[in-house]
Amino acid sequence: MATVAAAHSDHAHDEHHDLGFIRSYIFSEDHKVIAKQYLISGIIWAIIGGLMSLVFRLQLGFPDMDLSWLKPILGEWVNESGKLDANFYLALVTMHGTIMVFFVLTAGLSGTFSNFLIPLQIGARDMASGFMNMLSYWFFFISSVIMFWSIFIETGPAGGGWVIYPPLSALAEANPGSGTGMTLWLVSMALFIVSSLLGGINYVTTVINLRTKGMTFDKMPLTIWAFTFTAILGILSFPVLLSAALLLIFDRSFGTSFYLSDIYINGQALPNQGGSPILFQHLFWFLGHPEVYIVILPALGLTSEIIATNSRKPIFGYKAMIFSMAGIMFLAFIVWAHHMFMTGMNPFLGSVFMLLTLIIAVPSAVKAFNYITTLWKGNIVFTPAMLFAIGLVSFFVSGGLTGIILGNSALDIQLHDTYFVVAHFHLVMGSAAFFGMIAGVYHWFPKMFGKMMNKTLGYVHFWASIIGVYLVFFPMHYIGIAGFPRRYYQWSGFEAFNTYADLNAFISVAAILTFGAQLIFVFNFIYSIFWGKKASANPWKSNTLEWTTPVNPGHGNWPGEIPTVYRWPYDYSKPGSESDFIPQNIPFSATPESNLPEENELIEEEKDIENIEYNYNIPD
Amino acid sequence: MATTHASSTPDHLIWKGGVQPMKVGYGKLMMWIFLLSDTFTFSALLISYGLVRFSFPSFQDANPGSSINDFTFSQTWWPTPERVFEAVPFLHGVSAPLVFVGIMTFILIFSSVTMVLAVEAGHRRDKADVEKWMLWTILGGFTFLGSQAWEWSHFIHGTGGGGANLVFNEYGPAAFADFFFFITGFHGTHVFSGVILNILIFYNTVNGVYEKRGHYEMIEKVGLYWHFVDLVWVFVFTFFYLV
Repeated sequence: MATVAAAHSDHAHDEHHDLGFIRSYIFSEDHKVIAKQYLISGIIWAIIGGLMSLVFRLQLGFPDMDLSWLKPILGEWVNESGKLDANFYLALVTMHGTIMVFFVLTAGLSGTFSNFLIPLQIGARDMASGFMNMLSYWFFFISSVIMFWSIFIETGPAGGGWVIYPPLSALAEANPGSGTGMTLWLVSMALFIVSSLLGGINYVTTVINLRTKGMTFDKMPLTIWAFTFTAILGILSFPVLLSAALLLIFDRSFGTSFYLSDIYINGQALPNQGGSPILFQHLFWFLGHPEVYIVILPALGLTSEIIATNSRKPIFGYKAMIFSMAGIMFLAFIVWAHHMFMTGMNPFLGSVFMLLTLIIAVPSAVKAFNYITTLWKGNIVFTPAMLFAIGLVSFFVSGGLTGIILGNSALDIQLHDTYFVVAHFHLVMGSAAFFGMIAGVYHWFPKMFGKMMNKTLGYVHFWASIIGVYLVFFPMHYIGIAGFPRRYYQWSGFEAFNTYADLNAFISVAAILTFGAQLIFVFNFIYSIFWGKKASANPWKSNTLEWTTPVNPGHGNWPGEIPTVYRWPYDYSKPGSESDFIPQNIPFSATPESNLPEENELIEEEKDIENIEYNYNIPD
Repeated sequence: MATTHASSTPDHLIWKGGVQPMKVGYGKLMMWIFLLSDTFTFSALLISYGLVRFSFPSFQDANPGSSINDFTFSQTWWPTPERVFEAVPFLHGVSAPLVFVGIMTFILIFSSVTMVLAVEAGHRRDKADVEKWMLWTILGGFTFLGSQAWEWSHFIHGTGGGGANLVFNEYGPAAFADFFFFITGFHGTHVFSGVILNILIFYNTVNGVYEKRGHYEMIEKVGLYWHFVDLVWVFVFTFFYLV
């Protein structure tokens, strides 16, 4: 309470300057530091998750390869004849999915940019509760440590796929990865949910209560809308995963039968009766589907901002963007069963979920077309961030189209759990969200670290990545249509699958090169933090409020009063205006030459808005 | 005190930024959002319960034409709650269906009433009254937890048929006991956290922390949580005992 009150009075923030090293950089309550903590954790996890995918790509592309050279890292998981342990393969797939979805594209993406941009773009000194924000990161950190630890235990990490379906995940006898590794997975995820909840509640509250004067909801940058919707999705869907996980913990450790019934192991009947494994799938996908929008929405928000800024044009269809995001958010909660068409559900129910699923194509297409029409006839500035943002749109379209195919409950009979699905979600949410995150890093790096990232390396990184990603995931569509199932250790046992052995080898080589290209980014990132060119205050000539702060914003973000907002954030290339951008804090009264008639009417209200006072009588 | 100090911002500007649009501080907003989230946790559990419960026949489904008076416990059908929960402490052998759980429910709801009185006393900044009503609320919470412990214990020890635990259940399918323990236990954990919070704010009130702060907002925030826990119990009670 005191912190926000203090943060809002304009002098108090000076007092915080000599916090020690630990309070400034480790247990910091400053949203910018917490954002960087999330970002760096996310990058580390992305490298780990990426390397895991390379190991199983080697197995898939070159099933006869001698992997003995990996023994120094993988130890006993590579056997005497140089083959990867089959159970460890499953564990690798599981961990790759878990790490990428939750630790990189949820925590690394939302955690970084919601924390960094919400206070800066709405004009707040910090989050509503800095303490809870800090707590959120450290819950995530503990959750990370536990997940990381699980990689090194004797029976290996969880091996039931990132969806951890019971009974496989419920019975320790089922698979080595269903033993201690699964327990640690569940504990880690429970902590992750707490972290996500603490973060999400903070984001929504901050957006409601701490917008600066004049920052009405229809003047908020689309990033903020995206982060808010993402937070709401997380707040409402993660608790259901918590319930599902708690019930699973009881099934695993205390002998209950929530998800178990009619199971025989080696001819022996288990005593568990009465539960339903399908129940778990319903609970899981009630989170699982919103989760993919938790991953993609922030990336779409960042893209909106980057594309408008670098096209030097207002975003096309600002309100349509907001409504389509709201539509996606709402639909996210009522389409989960399209992941379960093959569970024997009533075909009529299947067609209902199919209809709802296909409706998502409408707001998604609105977004895609709005990006394209924003680019149309713009004075495009191809910064690395812009390229990655355009790359996101490309992936969102090409991966989204296959979503229409998969959402069809009849076609899904053929394609369910094949590489077609793998190709679909890696493009539409994996790579797209990843590109959004990278675009965000390139774009906001100057604000985060006060330095510029190297452009040339950025271009190389972009072209290697976009070509690489398409080379990896496009062939997977063919493999999937040919019927290759997901999560198989090896296909060479089936004559029919030998046809595409060369294509699998091709994918693996492309994957290695694409991963290699990411190291350029890691180098650029670290190098630029220390030796990058000094950034100017507004290097992209952008309109949003974060660029009105000093190059290195201190605690409290603005040294003086927080700027008042008068206009929406997309006044680029406004007819009549001399400058091709008019930041949000420039009043209409200062720009008579470019005002539209309805904007001239708003001049009267400017004084009223400037006189709005934060109500300190309302207790926190 | 939020309502007595009207904001100086006129209503047409209240959503224009720079001021709290809903006229509440961030703490109370956060509590509301958290409760919304927790609603989903409980909904998931109760819906799971419903799904499993209706995968079993009821006594009358399994024995068409029979009267509920003939009810016996069996693994094949879902037990009828009023035959499971019919014991009351000190009244051994007396069949009093749902009487004890009715008393428990009454106590919990009554503790919500005393909580409202504590919040109201906080608005008047009447320290002594806040203390009094918080004490009653804490007492109500503990009584509820104690009653639940007794009921669990009775349920576990049973009436001669072996009782119930997470793997065995004399009253019917094991799933009934599993969900009973899990959901009432999860709710009980919430009540327990609530009692701890109540004790915490009672302690702060006694030490004059809120008096010094100038407002009793904290009582209101914890009060929201307490009412929520009550409301959840109403649903748990409905689904487990009445339906």
